[in-house]
Amino acid sequence: MKMEEFNNRNVTEGDYFKCDIADYPTTGWDKFKRVMQRTFRGELFVGLWVVMREMIKFDIHTVQYPEEKMPIGPRYRAIHQMKRLWESDTERCIGCGLCEKICISNCIKIDTKIDENSRKEVSEYTINLGRCIFCGYCAEVCPELAITHGGEYENASDQREHFVDYEAMLTPLDTMLAGGQKEFEGFGAITPHEDERVKKTPLAY
Amino acid sequence: MDSAYLIETIIKVVVILLVFSALAGIGTYFERKILAFMQRRLGPMYVGPFGVLQFGADAIKLFTKEDIIPTGVVARIFKIAPVITAATAFMAAAAIPFLPEFEIFGYTVHPIVSDINVGILYILGVMAIGLYGPLLGGMASANKYSLISAARAAAVFISYEVVSGLAILAPIMMVGSLSLIDFNEYQLSNGWLVWSQPVAFVLFWIAAFAETGRTPFHLIANDHELIDGFGTEYSGMRWGLFFIGEYANMFFISFVIPLLFLGGFGDGSVLGAFALLGKMAFFFFFFLWTRAAWPDVRPDQLMWLCWKVLMPIAVINVVITGIVMM
Ligand code: SF4
Ligand code: SF4
Repeated sequence: MKMEEFNNRNVTEGDYFKCDIADYPTTGWDKFKRVMQRTFRGELFVGLWVVMREMIKFDIHTVQYPEEKMPIGPRYRAIHQMKRLWESDTERCIGCGLCEKICISNCIKIDTKIDENSRKEVSEYTINLGRCIFCGYCAEVCPELAITHGGEYENASDQREHFVDYEAMLTPLDTMLAGGQKEFEGFGAITPHEDERVKKTPLAY
Repeated sequence: MDSAYLIETIIKVVVILLVFSALAGIGTYFERKILAFMQRRLGPMYVGPFGVLQFGADAIKLFTKEDIIPTGVVARIFKIAPVITAATAFMAAAAIPFLPEFEIFGYTVHPIVSDINVGILYILGVMAIGLYGPLLGGMASANKYSLISAARAAAVFISYEVVSGLAILAPIMMVGSLSLIDFNEYQLSNGWLVWSQPVAFVLFWIAAFAETGRTPFHLIANDHELIDGFGTEYSGMRWGLFFIGEYANMFFISFVIPLLFLGGFGDGSVLGAFALLGKMAFFFFFFLWTRAAWPDVRPDQLMWLCWKVLMPIAVINVVITGIVMM
């Protein structure tokens, strides 16, 4: 079924039809007739047959979770990841602080300093996942596609301080060198055909 | 009363207590599995192979949980209520012949604790006392949901009792005895009572659902309306006693229905014994089956059904039986 069929709310066309629901009986005789109909139509046995059929078919839909896992979509917003640049393997984050600013639950804490080459460097970056609502705003606002969401949803620890600092989020260097960094496809990520749509910065003004 | 009789009776009581307490536990396993399969799930899977040891884990949990008596409850009644449910369920078993009599080491064993001459009346009466558990427990709980549940228990109680009593009046008239053993003997010579008393059979079966409080008459502890009804404030083994009582009741009524209407254990051979167990298993399975398939009725619908539909039918059935017998 295509989406248009659902979006078309004009009930006079298409496959719409009115449900055939009888009115409530008012007179005693009608009520009696309805009781009789319901008693002898055998609807209860239809119900019994349906569940019995399912039991015999044994078409089990359970996912036995720790052993089996459902695939999750690429747009899934779980624990954050910090990406590295493909070209130089250095961190993408430029310390602009936009993510800290936009975070609606105030859970990102970022501090920067000027390093020995007089460049801005992120000296401290933590996300308090106890507060994070996984809204994805940080991933959307990041101009460098540095902070993104990952697919890791199984996290447990005995210390809430373990969630989550810069090192834990950053793509490990060996994974990066092996080409194992996955780009985030969700909110705020680059769409396909981005190259054709990119425009020159207007310098006229 | 000689001592051999006394020892035999005590052994029988202990065996019945142990077997049916264990069965009540295993019954929960079957219930969860069958419900799961009917809903395309797997049910318990982790404790033991296919989860068969789940009831053991549940038992450990129930036994070791803290027994909380909340402030504000009427403590004495609150404590005794679950015991009423469990105890009466097992007391009712005293007059049920679970198997035909058999010989072991040259000693004839009657697998019935006491073949009293008012057997079926005793069973129904004692089972009905079991409803005082929910009633008193609910009223003593100082919880609104429990109170509603208690009120419903009373409503259910006065509704189904009439139906079950009148329904089996007609078979009793035909058999001329209240003992379940006599019922069995009668059906052995005259054919199963379900053929001569089909209406009574269906009525009694419906009343059995109300008696055990199973779906579609699961309104005393309807989870989606009343949390756990009378059990809301209970924890640990006291709640477990309610549970054991409910499941033991299901097993016992599953024995009583075949004994009354479906020929019981027949001629008393091994085959007959297995036939009785098979019939019992079917009725127990049917309790689970309906739970997966049928919706619950409202309390007023249950009372409407019992008083305005089933009771007149039962009375008519008794009258017709009387006329035919004359
Ligand atoms: S997902 Fe939302 S709440 Fe979580 S860190 Fe990002 S902006 Fe803050
Ligand atoms: S918005 Fe992106 S680049 Fe800016 S500080 Fe946050 S993670 Fe770094």
